[in-house]
Amino acid sequence: MKKHSSFGEFVPRDLNVHPATYTPKYRFSELRSPRRSLIPLASTLSEITGPTFDQVTFERADNDLILNGAHDGLPLGERIVIHGYVLDQWGRAVPDALVEIWQANASGRYRHKKDQYLAPLDPNFGGSGRTLTDAEGHYRFRTIRPGAYPVGLDWRPAHIHFSISGSGWAQRLITQMYFEGDPLIRSCPIVGTIPTSAQIDRLIAVQDEAQFVTMDSRAYRFDIVLRGRRATWFENTQGDDT
Amino acid sequence: MIAPVKLLTETASQTAGPYLHIGLAPQYAGITTFKTLFGSVLTDANTRGERIRIEARIFDGLNTPVLDGLIELWQANAGGRYRHPGDRQNKALDESFTGYGRACFDTEAGIYAFDTIKPGTVCGRLGDHMAPHVNLWIVARGINIGLHTRMYFADEAPANAADPVLRSIEWEIRRQTLIAPRQERDGKAIYSFDIHLQGETETVFFDL
Repeated sequence: MKKHSSFGEFVPRDLNVHPATYTPKYRFSELRSPRRSLIPLASTLSEITGPTFDQVTFERADNDLILNGAHDGLPLGERIVIHGYVLDQWGRAVPDALVEIWQANASGRYRHKKDQYLAPLDPNFGGSGRTLTDAEGHYRFRTIRPGAYPVGLDWRPAHIHFSISGSGWAQRLITQMYFEGDPLIRSCPIVGTIPTSAQIDRLIAVQDEAQFVTMDSRAYRFDIVLRGRRATWFENTQGDDT
Repeated sequence: MIAPVKLLTETASQTAGPYLHIGLAPQYAGITTFKTLFGSVLTDANTRGERIRIEARIFDGLNTPVLDGLIELWQANAGGRYRHPGDRQNKALDESFTGYGRACFDTEAGIYAFDTIKPGTVCGRLGDHMAPHVNLWIVARGINIGLHTRMYFADEAPANAADPVLRSIEWEIRRQTLIAPRQERDGKAIYSFDIHLQGETETVFFDL
């Protein structure tokens, strides 16, 4: 296991930069949102620690969604690279973070039994990928640009779901990444749960021409910020060995 | 001129949506891409500690079981040590236990089951002792930001009464929402943990 010098407690979370639990325009939140206030919990070992992924076996195509669901050909759609950095609130890299993504295919259909949209499945596309960030906090996926799809009378903009497990339990985050220039972003009820336009903008990947792969793929850049740790941990829980 | 300390803003949370299995638990979506899965069985033959099964259920505001969610679990080993370099307690690691798992429902009853071991006591923030507990994180369609809670063990009544986190919950009656009763079934200890997202018995969720 890697040695780290400091695993301090986390900077308190600013809940005002996240969606509220109950957001009436996203109606599925109505019955699934706690109505009482969250109880503040001062960090203990349970919150500053968290799962590590050094024993996970990664396959070569785990972060390549163009290949990892292919059977007798390649998936249909626009080939793209999604890459970026996982940083903490101090701007420092978060290495060895587990980044997991899932998405619809180019037609806007998920490989999931609950998805009844009439657009077809692609026999060569699964829609899930995973990777660990490197020492600089960088991650990279290759995939197909997902399609938009309807939910009731609304449309979801093209998006990719991101799950990030950083170095501590209290950093755990799930979010969604959108694509620069998509006019569906501004009318989406789920995007609309986010309280400020600046926070919405941070979920929109921008085209990154410097990373285009010649005769192969366009590229998008999406950076993620996790909660930062304070520099020092408090005395008494250093444990018996200090 | 003095410049204020400026921190980057945390990326906003978004719901995991109804298809979270594809990415987080592909075995539930019939996707076989990955060699390693993050499942709900945390033990192998060599894991030290008392085998237990945690059967969690999630109920919405109409008391309807939530079937499409995912629960993550993080816990210390039987000796009360987390497998993480930030845990510097002078206690042994268990090489056969990571302490991390994920569960989706596996029956129509909506039970999210973990096969694990009962964790030991972990040092608290002030050098005191926390009662044995597991940390849980819940995501689902309709949940905009993952919900953090803890499950404590009903057969640890004296330790629970002294637990600094339980005691920090001002309303004593609400502490009970975090304590799971124990029963024996086929010789195995089962802890049942009902998570209520809303209502009279709304579970305590934490701002970590």
